[in-house]
Amino acid sequence: MNRLTTPQELESWRKAIRKSVDPDQPRLRVCDGTGCRALGSQQLLLALHQSLDEAGLAGKVGVVATGCPGFCEQGPLVTVDLPQSAPRASIAYQRVSAGNARAIINETLRANRLIEELLYVDPVRDQLIVEEADLPFYNLQTRRVMALNGKIDPRRIEDYIAHDGYLALSYALFEMEPESIIEEVSFSQLRGRGGAGFPTGQKWKLCRQQPDDVKYIICNADEGDPGAFMDRSILEANPHSIIEGMLIGARAIGATTGFIYVRSEYPLAVENLGIALDQARQCGLLGQDILGAGFDFDIQLRLGAGAFVCGEETALMASIEGRPGEPRPRPPYPAQSGLWGKPTNINNVKSWASIPLIIANGAEWFAAVGTPESRGTAIFSMVGKINNTGLVEVPMGISLRELIFEVGGGVPGGKTFKAVQIGGPSGGCIPAQHLDTLVDYDSLTRLGAIMGSGGLVVTDEDTCMVDLARYFMNFVQQESCGQCLPCRWGTQVMLNTLTRICGGGGQPGDIETLHRLASAVKAASLCGLGQTAPNPVLSTLRHFRAEYEAHVYEKHCPAGVCRGLISYEIDLEVCTGCMVCARSCPTEAITGEKQQPHVINLELCTRCGLCIQLCKFNGVMVH
Amino acid sequence: MITLSIDGKKIQAPPGRTLLELAREHAIWIPTLCYHEALKPYSGCRLCVVELATPRGSRLVAACTYPCEPGAVVRTDSEMVRQSRQVAAELLLARAGHVPFIQELAASLGVHNTPYTLPSDDCILCARCVRACREIVGVGAISMAERGPGREVVPPFHISSADCIECTTCVLACPTGAITLQNIIDRDRTLHTWPSQYARRACRLCDYHADSLLQNEG
Ligand SMILES: Cc1cc2nc3c(=O)[nH]c(=O)nc-3n(C[C@H](O)[C@H](O)[C@H](O)COP(=O)(O)O)c2cc1C
Ligand code: SF4
Ligand code: FES
Repeated sequence: MNRLTTPQELESWRKAIRKSVDPDQPRLRVCDGTGCRALGSQQLLLALHQSLDEAGLAGKVGVVATGCPGFCEQGPLVTVDLPQSAPRASIAYQRVSAGNARAIINETLRANRLIEELLYVDPVRDQLIVEEADLPFYNLQTRRVMALNGKIDPRRIEDYIAHDGYLALSYALFEMEPESIIEEVSFSQLRGRGGAGFPTGQKWKLCRQQPDDVKYIICNADEGDPGAFMDRSILEANPHSIIEGMLIGARAIGATTGFIYVRSEYPLAVENLGIALDQARQCGLLGQDILGAGFDFDIQLRLGAGAFVCGEETALMASIEGRPGEPRPRPPYPAQSGLWGKPTNINNVKSWASIPLIIANGAEWFAAVGTPESRGTAIFSMVGKINNTGLVEVPMGISLRELIFEVGGGVPGGKTFKAVQIGGPSGGCIPAQHLDTLVDYDSLTRLGAIMGSGGLVVTDEDTCMVDLARYFMNFVQQESCGQCLPCRWGTQVMLNTLTRICGGGGQPGDIETLHRLASAVKAASLCGLGQTAPNPVLSTLRHFRAEYEAHVYEKHCPAGVCRGLISYEIDLEVCTGCMVCARSCPTEAITGEKQQPHVINLELCTRCGLCIQLCKFNGVMVH
Repeated sequence: MITLSIDGKKIQAPPGRTLLELAREHAIWIPTLCYHEALKPYSGCRLCVVELATPRGSRLVAACTYPCEPGAVVRTDSEMVRQSRQVAAELLLARAGHVPFIQELAASLGVHNTPYTLPSDDCILCARCVRACREIVGVGAISMAERGPGREVVPPFHISSADCIECTTCVLACPTGAITLQNIIDRDRTLHTWPSQYARRACRLCDYHADSLLQNEG
């Protein structure tokens, strides 16, 4: 890797890299993101290398460990890129294990045969899908920020450069003035992807206008929402896009040092970022006199320790400075007085990763997708009761219905959709009657939810909304920094109340108490955590008040979830006396003779639900 | 000078004032708890919240930290303000309703009992002691530890801090009397609320305690 000293050198390197790719060499792309690693992608990679060795194909077939393309539900993913001359382009194999490695080499690569059991079956059309490009999961998306996820090796800067990497930086350094960069970003109408949706160009402008010599920029990669992993996948799969975005931002704002604050629970992201930063430094894309433009900038990594509140910008800066991660009141805003009192600009991972695209393709290209108030694409991590668990990038303004039922494949097991919780613990739930709502900043806010950073949890008829509110309240009361009174104690009392209601001890007045506390905590808390912490309660109260009332007044959990309010009974007509449940019950609450119907001792039963899961005959009823 | 409006009155403010400072100069009452004249404002208790009109509707801000801005329209006694102060007072009563100071404070906001229950404790986590130690004494013999429900005031690692000289600034700063002093006659003092006990030592800078230590030793 040579130090690049001019933009021309970058361009000739790009040409050389592209030329070195042999179009007739097949390639195996293996997702090695965190999700697929958990499912065994590391062993799979090893097995693929071994099988290639055995087949004498080592060095003749490329093996690329990529980051996460988002289809985590179907992982580990192997995509076979065939030579240009072949009739197919890329065969997409799903749920591949190390045991399939030899077959992929021998059958698919050498004998040109498909392995049917590894192909995806489109559940809607009941049809085998062969080509990666034909997978409906990707087809229905508009992949921009995530375009290279799963396509490139995140540990090779060459892969990024081959895909026009650092071209936007080159423009920004040699063909644009700092002001015109900011103008372009403003013109694109990019709004911050970290939750609040503040216009990025406006924020940059404010920071640029400050008279100080020293300014900082920060990438917020703390991503603490439970169930959210959008930022992780970009950090892991395409770290150079973030570095390039920050370089352009630094040039526009006039910063010389940047920080990436990433949670230490993301070891692979930290590793890949570290490698990417080293490579960028070696190539002269970070450090002094970048590309000979006389522009100096470098980035340091800072690891967070898994506190949700440290994603809040002022707490994050305190943490970088080495102080406890506690928010402080604004003003002054970071743009006026941020890290060590200097003007500081902080943006989310996805915001930074959007910048090179805007500079390279133009603001109009960016703004061509989306709604007038919310331009571009949105990235969601879809989890919960949904068929296609994973990451999706869709145009802003898509309807919830399209997002959940088409891109997400709908609710599994023929169950009925109930509501979707958007925006994590700061967000709110949206019930079925609002499924035609458009997904953009303002429409979601009107319904009491928020875009947030993109966590999306789908619930079905088996989800209790009071229990869901309790889950999020438990999270925020633990994660409250404890500095300010309403958030610290208000969330604690709300949690206790919700726990009591779910446990069957709900009292008249509880619902009013919840409402009063929720409103006060929202209005009076110091930072965004407390100001949004009541949203799950407020939105479930708004859309599912009847469910709360059933818990409190009828001591009944309509979804059959809250353990204090349900009891189990074995259906004597159905039970065959197979004894599976009796043998597994951890509290030995189930008794009965072989081939005779069994009974549950309700005194001993803790309603853990194990018998329900184990019974092959659906013989356990919930009341 | 900046002109703004508080409760419908036009008021002029010199630059750099907080809303609370300005209100006090004009005898407009705003309740406070974590605020202390000798300490940097903390904006933790949220009793001092006032309603600020913004183009996107009004919101609550803490008067003790919020700066006077030109043209600001502030209300110190709106329904929203009263409601959240009352809830705060109720939560305070749930935590430390046995402390007379807290009872009086709540009563001044028209709150005499609370519908909520919380684990009871003298310490209300206003951080006045911790800030006094850091800002006035210049050391960090005690600090806030943990977040969420586990938050507490403790010396580092829960053991007596070598930085503590028993100056008792924290005792003076504490509004509820949660930090008490025992055994002043002896050389040892016990500061209650965190488990620690100290032999008195002379201050390196100001000779504080030096006399009494000499007397004791003499
Ligand atoms: C409790 C809390 C947690 C937050 N967590 C994150 C986070 O994990 N990532 C993030 O980018 N922004 C987070 N934010 C928002 C940041 O404070 C800040 O607005 C954002 O980083 C700005 O970037 P943007 O303009 O690109 O959205 C959080 C805010 C709050 C109140
Ligand atoms: S709102 Fe919660 S997290 Fe934010 S400062 Fe207050 S206590 Fe801390
Ligand atoms: S006095 Fe302002 S928040 Fe406590």
